[in-house]
Amino acid sequence: MVLTEERPNLLRPGHAACAGCGLATGMKLVLQAMGPRTIAVIVPSCEGAIGGVYPYTAYGVPTIHSAFEIAAPTAAGIANGLKVQGITDIQVLAFAGDGGTFDIGLQALSGVAKNNDDIIYVCLDNEGYMNTGIQVSSSTPSFAWTGTTPKGNPRRKKNIMEIMAAHYNPYSATATIGFPRDLQQKITKAKGIRGTKFIHMLVPCPTGWRTPSDISPELSVLAVETNIFPLYEVEDGKRYTINHQPRRLPVREYLSRQGRFRHLKEEEIEQIQRDADEEWKKLRYRAGLSG
Amino acid sequence: MKEFMTGNHAIAHAVKLCRTPLIAAYPITPQTPIYEKLSEWEASGQLKGIMMRTESEHSAMASCIAASLTGVRTFTASSSQGIALMHEMLHFASGCRVPVVMANVNRLLAAPWGFWADQLDSLSQRDTGWIQFYCENGQEALDSVIQAYRIAEQVYLPAMVSIEAFFVSHFMEVVDLPEQEQVDRFLPPMDLPHKFDMDKPGFLVPVVPSELYRKYKHMAQVSMDSVKGLALQVDQEFRNEFGRGYGIVEPLMVEDAEVVVVTAGSITGTARVAIKELRERGYRIGLLKVRLFRPFPGEAIREALRGRKRIAVIDRNFSLGGGGIFCQELRAALVHSPDRPLVFSYIAGIGGTDVRPEMIERVCLDVMERTEPMDTPIWIMEEGS
Repeated sequence: MVLTEERPNLLRPGHAACAGCGLATGMKLVLQAMGPRTIAVIVPSCEGAIGGVYPYTAYGVPTIHSAFEIAAPTAAGIANGLKVQGITDIQVLAFAGDGGTFDIGLQALSGVAKNNDDIIYVCLDNEGYMNTGIQVSSSTPSFAWTGTTPKGNPRRKKNIMEIMAAHYNPYSATATIGFPRDLQQKITKAKGIRGTKFIHMLVPCPTGWRTPSDISPELSVLAVETNIFPLYEVEDGKRYTINHQPRRLPVREYLSRQGRFRHLKEEEIEQIQRDADEEWKKLRYRAGLSG
Repeated sequence: MKEFMTGNHAIAHAVKLCRTPLIAAYPITPQTPIYEKLSEWEASGQLKGIMMRTESEHSAMASCIAASLTGVRTFTASSSQGIALMHEMLHFASGCRVPVVMANVNRLLAAPWGFWADQLDSLSQRDTGWIQFYCENGQEALDSVIQAYRIAEQVYLPAMVSIEAFFVSHFMEVVDLPEQEQVDRFLPPMDLPHKFDMDKPGFLVPVVPSELYRKYKHMAQVSMDSVKGLALQVDQEFRNEFGRGYGIVEPLMVEDAEVVVVTAGSITGTARVAIKELRERGYRIGLLKVRLFRPFPGEAIREALRGRKRIAVIDRNFSLGGGGIFCQELRAALVHSPDRPLVFSYIAGIGGTDVRPEMIERVCLDVMERTEPMDTPIWIMEEGS
């Protein structure tokens, strides 16, 4: 099921994303799966820049550019405003970056997930504050260079999926642009579930990751195949399903393609490999698989 | 129908009477009884709508703004640290031109900690673009919430109704509850022209160039300025329907007054008693209550104080490095007054300390002695402290 050709493009041409932006591709795929009966929320981030400056906008559905930390309660306010008027055929979609989700918006997202307000929340994770020019976030991976970690990020990436699962929300899933069919299936599935749905989407960023502009989909595939970013779903905080059996390529193949990891020492690469192996084991255990 | 109730419950009744279908709130003393009462009515079905129990005041305001843009009436209540946390979203609400109504229970701001009456919390939000009312008692708070919706939904600006912690929020008084049919007649359903429209998918709150930003702020100012006249008109209509009204300022015995005391909020009630007594003893003292603070009713104040020579503004709030905030605003409003009155700033009741009639009497007698202008505020404390 790839909807690209069948559905209208709701992220219009002429948007202001950098060349090769994975985030813009991700938004386009999500909006296609959502369809026109959608109200979208964006927050200050690359999404705001992509949307363009008044009187132009790339967004093809009614959209509000809310404040940084409140993608979730803005979407929840819209969803409840519609509900109280008896409007049931419009879905509310929130887009926020990793800064707006892992960091400044985490509390507000937690509050909405606790209430199980009926929204689809998509975290467009490019692993740093890219719109302000590449600063570290709590989603930035170990050892990665950013403008505020010139010697490499000393901490690991936060596990946002586990944080969401701890809310027992009905549906959370990882997705990435290199697997568009999987991504759109997950959005379609989320549309059919009432409550707070969370999609954690990895979106390669050529500008911030120091990569050529023509390899974002390929990098996104490598992230999955190296187990840096496995594709899985969590239902009601307890039922884990792995959606793609990775080829388990060495992480080096993913890291070596990106300028932000150029300075890595051998032991740092080995550390990332160990972390990926350990996380994969943990995930398989949660999914009821052994070994 | 008359009932005995707290100021907080009077506000909750107003929200129910206004048929507000979407409430988002977060608990904070001394506002919490509003949130609890509305939750109780939501659970029992007496309040038709949704109560969003958010994880912070910041998110409560975010949800109110967003829900308002779907075209529904919204409400939240807060206080002190809560409204301070909301600050970012208060600017956002007025910028979005949403008629959100909020009740604020005036409580001091930490540090140090305390729960007591002090108006600095909402006065610190004076530049956020909200209409602000300060109420003397529960009845006025109930009536002001109903009026606030009428005004806010006409000018598309948010409105805040403030009462002081405990003195009004928790004290029980007799409140005349309006009939539902009367409120329905007075307050038509909300009709917001700039809500989400599926047929015309617009982009709300875009990035705009400098000139457009300036244009929108100027448009907002024109709307805000119109509130002075509109609030008076709405109050008059309210008086016609419900038999009581308040004006935007209330002058009392000012015509022949040698000294006019200016108050806002619950100190007004005490001042009424003090001034009556001073009048009986032969002192020509008048009172001016300021009910509308944003927009500041400069013209109405100038008119009320015409010909007066000595004015004492009593503030239960204090801007460090400035002074009493009502006094600052009032001085600015009188700067072109041909009477060139002496305006003195008295700070009383800070941190919820009691302001007794004899303290107001002391202020009046103190002013009578003064012939020279004075910039610095005069703190009124109990004898010996």
